[in-house]
Amino acid sequence: MSTTRAFAAASPPPAAGQRNESSASWRLIDRIGLAFAWFLGLLFCAVTAAMVLYLFVQGIKYLRPSMLVTNPKAGFNESHTGGFFDPLLDTVVISIMSMGLAIPIGIAIAVWLSEFGRPSALARVVESTIEMLAGTPSILLALFGTLLFEAPWLGFLSRTSGGVVFGRSFFAAAAMLALLALPLVVASVREGLQAIPSHVREASYAVGKTKSTTTRRVLLPAARPSVLTGSMLGLGRVIADTAIILLLLGNTLTNDGSGSIPILSMLRGTGSTLTSYIFYNAPTGDGDQPGKAYAAAFVLLLIVLALNVGVDLVGRRGKDLRWSS
Amino acid sequence: MEFVTPPPVRRLTGAEGDIGRLNGSGNGNGSGHRNGNGNGNGSGNGNGDGHRAPAFVSARRPVAPATIAIDRMQVEDLSVDYARKRAVNSVSLPIRQGEVLALIGPSGCGKTTLLRSLNRLTELTKTASSEGQITLDGVDIATIEPTALRRRVTMVFQQPNPFPMSVFDNVAYVLREQASRRPKKRVLQGDVEEALARAGLLDEVRDDLDHAALRLSGGQQQRLCIARALAAHPEVLLLDEPCSALDPQSTKVIEELIVKLRKDVAIVIVTHNLQQAFRVADYVAFMYLGEMVEYASAAHLFSAPREQRTKDYVSGAFG
Repeated sequence: MSTTRAFAAASPPPAAGQRNESSASWRLIDRIGLAFAWFLGLLFCAVTAAMVLYLFVQGIKYLRPSMLVTNPKAGFNESHTGGFFDPLLDTVVISIMSMGLAIPIGIAIAVWLSEFGRPSALARVVESTIEMLAGTPSILLALFGTLLFEAPWLGFLSRTSGGVVFGRSFFAAAAMLALLALPLVVASVREGLQAIPSHVREASYAVGKTKSTTTRRVLLPAARPSVLTGSMLGLGRVIADTAIILLLLGNTLTNDGSGSIPILSMLRGTGSTLTSYIFYNAPTGDGDQPGKAYAAAFVLLLIVLALNVGVDLVGRRGKDLRWSS
Repeated sequence: MEFVTPPPVRRLTGAEGDIGRLNGSGNGNGSGHRNGNGNGNGSGNGNGDGHRAPAFVSARRPVAPATIAIDRMQVEDLSVDYARKRAVNSVSLPIRQGEVLALIGPSGCGKTTLLRSLNRLTELTKTASSEGQITLDGVDIATIEPTALRRRVTMVFQQPNPFPMSVFDNVAYVLREQASRRPKKRVLQGDVEEALARAGLLDEVRDDLDHAALRLSGGQQQRLCIARALAAHPEVLLLDEPCSALDPQSTKVIEELIVKLRKDVAIVIVTHNLQQAFRVADYVAFMYLGEMVEYASAAHLFSAPREQRTKDYVSGAFG
C-alpha cells in the first residue's frame, strides 16, 4: 500500500481516465515475486524489532542507574558484581582516541585521492589498500596490532616489565580501531568531495586562489556533511568492535594503569569497553552474569541508535544547499 | 587602478564608422541612434547579396556604442589542442575595456576554450596545450603567475556557484590574501559592499550579509558570483554563458549590469543566445570549428556579415 502511494506521489499525476496501475493486472510470477518481496521485507523488520525489543525489555529489567557509576567487582552473583563505569568510560575514551586518529588521516587521504591523486598509479594503490582494509576482519588487525605493539621501540605506549613489552594499551587498541574506521571516513569524504561540481573548484581558481586554499576554504566546508557522516559511521564501527578490544586493550574489567602520570598511566594501561564487558558477562562467557550483559547491551544499543539518528540528521541537513552540475 | 604599463587609450572614431554608417548617425554621444535607414529587411546594409538579418536585429541598437576603448588584452595567433584534437585554431583578436566582446558559435566551436585560455584555466586540463601569445597590458600572460593573472582576469561560470558560506564571506574570500593572517571583517566591509554594489546586489542583501549564499535565488547567486569576480578589481571579466541557467527577468538584470560595467572592465562573454549577443555586445566574434570566422561590431556582424558561414549561423540555418 505505502509503496504504491509513494510511487504515485513521486510520478506525475496519471492522465485523466487512467487509473493507477494495480498489481492485479500483473503476470502471476510477478505477483508471487511482489508478495515474496513484501514477506521478506516484513520478516526483516520483525527480526530487527524483536531483537531491539528483547534487548530493551531485558535492559530495562536489569539496568540500575547505580551500574553506570560503579565499577565491576568480583563476586558470585549479580548483586555483588557491581556496575560498568569503567567499560562505559573506556568506550568513550577509546572512541575519542581512535576517531581523533581516523578523522584527520581519513580526510587527508580523501582529499589527496579526490583532488590531487598523482601519480595515478600510487592513487590506485592507495585506493585498493583502503578497500582491502575495509574488508579486513578486525581480528586480523588485532593480531597484527599485538605483533606491532610488542615491538621494543613501541614499549613506551604500554606496560613494560623486565624488557618485555606487554603491548596492550589504549594506544594500541585506538591505533588499530582507527584503521577500522579509516575506510569509512575516506569513502564518505571522498564521495562528498567528488559530488562537488568541477565548476565550483574552477570558480575559486578563477579568482586567483590556489588549490590548497580552495580545498581548505571551499571544498572541505562544502563536504562537511560527508565528513560528519563518515565520522559517525566510523565511530559506530569502533564502538561495536570486540576483537581488537579483547586482544589489544587487555580486557581487564577495570582500568589497570601503568606508571604514575595520571592520564598517561590510564592510557598506557589496560581496560575494557562495553562490548568486551558483554562478551565476558554473556551467559556463555567467562563471567556468566547475564543480567549485567543485558544491561550493558541496552546502554550500547542506545548509543548506537543515537549515532544512527545522528547520521540521518546530518545526512539530511545541507542537502538542500547544493549546486546544479 | 594602477597598471604596469599605461595602456593605450583610443578614441573610437574610425572603428565606429560601420556602426555609424548602419545607424546613419554620429557616434560617441551615447544618444539618438534612432533613424530611418533600418536594415531589418536586409536591403539597407549595402552588401546587396540578399542576407536577411535576424528579426531581433533592429536599426536601433539597445545600447549606445562605447565612447572610448582601452586595449587590455591581445590574443595573437592562439591555438589550443586537447590531446590530438584542435579546439582553437590560430585566433587573433583584441579585448578592450569600454567594449563588450561576445564570442558566439555552435557548441564545441572552441569559444569556451578561448575564454578559458585568457586566464590560463585551460592549464587545469591535463591534455591541453597551447601555442601563440596572449598579452595583458602588453605583458605575455605566460610570464605572469597564474594566481596573480586570475585575480586580474576573473571569470563567472554558466552555473551560479557561490561558495558554501555567507554572502559576505563569498566576496571577502577573494580579498583575503593567501598565507597571511585573515583580515578582520570590519577592514573588508567597505570593499565587500562596493563589490556587491557594482554587481547590483547590495540593496537586496545589505541587511543580511551573513545570509547563506546558497539560499539566494539563482539570479542573485549569479550576481554574487559577478560581485566576487569584481572584488579584486580585475582588468578583464570573463563570462561563460552567465545567463543560460537563469530566468528571463534575472537575465535582463545581468545584461543591464554587463553594459554598465563595460567602462570599468573589459568584458568577454560567451553566449549561445544570439539576441543576447546583439543586446550586450559591442563586438562579436563568430567561431566555427575552432576558427574565428568573423570579428566585427555587433550591428555589422548581425546585419551585414561578410562570411557565408556567419550568415547561415546568425540567420538560424545551423547551430
